[in-house]
Amino acid sequence: MKASLFVTCVVDQFYPEVGESAVRVLRRLGVEVDFQEEQTCCGQPAFNSGFRSDAKPLAKRFLDTFESSESIVIPSGSCAAMVRVFYEELFHDEPDLAAKARNVAAKTFELTEFIVDALGITRLPESSGPPRRTRVTYHEGCHLRRELGVMTQPRALLEAAPGVELAPMRQADVCCGFGGAFAVKYPDISGGMLADKLRHVAETGADAVTACDSTCLMQIAGGMEKSGMTTRAVHVAQLLDEAMG
Amino acid sequence: MKPKTGDFNRAAASALADADVQRNMRGLYDGFHMARERAAEATPNWEDLRDRARAVKAHTIEYLDHYLGMAAENVERAGGKVFFAKDADEASRYILDLAAARGVKTVIKSKSMLSEEMGLNARLEEAGVEPVETDLGEYLIQLRGETPYHIVAPALHLSKEQVADLLQEEIGGPRYERAEDLTAAAREQLRGKFFEADMGITGANFLVAETGTLVLVTNEGNGRMCTSMPKVHVAIMGMEKVVPSMEDMGMFLRLLIRSATGQRLSSYVTLVNGVRRDDDVDGPEEFHLVVVDNGRSKMLADPALREALYCLRCGACLNACPVYRKVGGHSYGWVYSGPIGAVVSPMLTSLPDAKDLPYASSLCGACREVCPVRIDIPRMLLHMRSDLAEGGPHSGSPRASLAERLTMKAWRLAVARPWMLRLANRLARLAQRPLVKDGRLRKLPPPLSAWTRHRTFPAVASRPFRDRWRSELRKSRRDG
Ligand code: SF4
Repeated sequence: MKASLFVTCVVDQFYPEVGESAVRVLRRLGVEVDFQEEQTCCGQPAFNSGFRSDAKPLAKRFLDTFESSESIVIPSGSCAAMVRVFYEELFHDEPDLAAKARNVAAKTFELTEFIVDALGITRLPESSGPPRRTRVTYHEGCHLRRELGVMTQPRALLEAAPGVELAPMRQADVCCGFGGAFAVKYPDISGGMLADKLRHVAETGADAVTACDSTCLMQIAGGMEKSGMTTRAVHVAQLLDEAMG
Repeated sequence: MKPKTGDFNRAAASALADADVQRNMRGLYDGFHMARERAAEATPNWEDLRDRARAVKAHTIEYLDHYLGMAAENVERAGGKVFFAKDADEASRYILDLAAARGVKTVIKSKSMLSEEMGLNARLEEAGVEPVETDLGEYLIQLRGETPYHIVAPALHLSKEQVADLLQEEIGGPRYERAEDLTAAAREQLRGKFFEADMGITGANFLVAETGTLVLVTNEGNGRMCTSMPKVHVAIMGMEKVVPSMEDMGMFLRLLIRSATGQRLSSYVTLVNGVRRDDDVDGPEEFHLVVVDNGRSKMLADPALREALYCLRCGACLNACPVYRKVGGHSYGWVYSGPIGAVVSPMLTSLPDAKDLPYASSLCGACREVCPVRIDIPRMLLHMRSDLAEGGPHSGSPRASLAERLTMKAWRLAVARPWMLRLANRLARLAQRPLVKDGRLRKLPPPLSAWTRHRTFPAVASRPFRDRWRSELRKSRRDG
């Protein structure tokens, strides 16, 4: 199976190690990974702020870049939702582009969704290195859950990952307060939401908190550092990479 | 009431700083929200029920004229009068004229969001008519001169102590501490009014078109007295509240009550069919139904916002909303709050004045997940944002600030082409250099300083993924 990685602008610029992990994980699972260097951003920040005409050229660029890919894999529920759900809305009065968007949407996956649903993998190869044990709690990204309906896949993979023990979190599906422009426009409301999330993370006593979105983790990690928590924040791709590596 | 929707930021800040509010609001999740979760789980075919309810609403709103016509005919057949009001003022004037003609001095009222929307109590008072709210929560906020804090629980924000103080001040006598005593004191106060009143005003949860039946859902039973004790009963109703049949109504009742409070049935469901007949034991001599538009046709006319008219006003989206649970009901600055309020309030007042509301959401979608009729609130908020940012039917000209537009342009330049992204990366690294320590930015200058009040920020990576791909990843194959 071939997959084109859309790494997202946030991973590209802030968390390149997440992209590296995604590549390694996919390759270990037998996927031929490529990276189209023309890619930049899916356009979500503009779309969510209401600047649709600014989002359009980016969405078009995405569609052109990935139109001929066999499948497109994105280590972010939010960006995957932008492509899968919102491109059609964005181009609702441009039938040709809407059709193109539908075509691309049909082969676009969030990373864990791709592994479980498209590859049909729920058992992971044993790690070759020394056994590790990590207690991990999982935060459910909003778009991943509610736009893509991806709920079981990340948990299934984490449960299957050697050395990973999943600690359930209260209100795991409640927003961490990031929301892109929301956190910039309303930093204090966002901060209040974050405080609740941190309390629920702390309650689990886990060594690490994980999610399928680097943006949620940017928010959570930033909050943890600010409040002196030492829990690690790691992307699911990194945990899978560690567990299999 | 004059909207204060433009005051969102200040009001939200004061709610965030108020420890009582924050504690109260946290309880909403374990209270109402979880009660709804359990009720939904315990209802077989819950998800199908939601689909069907949504389909019925979509159909009814599509053929609204037809169903309103049918409903009006049936109400009149049962001896009622129907008045279609284009706005709050017209509706209020109809009621005031009626009150004057009947020599009404006191009106008893059951809880109605539309009455709040119309500012009806103020209008009655101006005309020398005393309005008495009989729902306990609504009574309390009437005493305080406030708008409802929550669609279902208008006095959600008041602590028991505040209620005790308020009632003592109002009624005199001892200061009661226990909830039961407080309720009893309020009830005592209200009882006399029931006998005095010569008009009852209620809202309407549903109006069944095929029979002309008005349906009221309450938990205290005072609403029922408003429909039966005074000689004149006036029901005010938003024009979207009509449902085709009794069977539909049954379905909506199950959804509404379970979504609102998690109860299987509320304590009182009242069905009103016109005026008292000869063999009825009670009932009004006159029944008036006032059907109000007041801006609803703006939503009806916009296909992207039409589904806001499916709303049952159950309040589930408020309970589920993490933003509402932080900022509380009054921050939204008008009658409707929470996610549905962020759509409806701007539409019924003015979108440019309420321009903060559509943005007061992380677009997490928790509202849509619980909405009994699956209203896609996030999608509507996005639609309104675009109307505001770029101009549209509801905002007219673009309303984005210069700073917002410049930020957008700068960002767009940065991500327009891979080489520009590379350049932006280099510039960002230069700019962040004095601020970075151990790969983190702990204090950013304004306007980003607010961000670092609650969280630190990662530094821009010195080698973005695209560079790493080129130099290492691309070449390495499996087991890279
Ligand atoms: S939008 Fe849906 S959840 Fe919110 S009050 Fe209306 S019916 Fe209830």
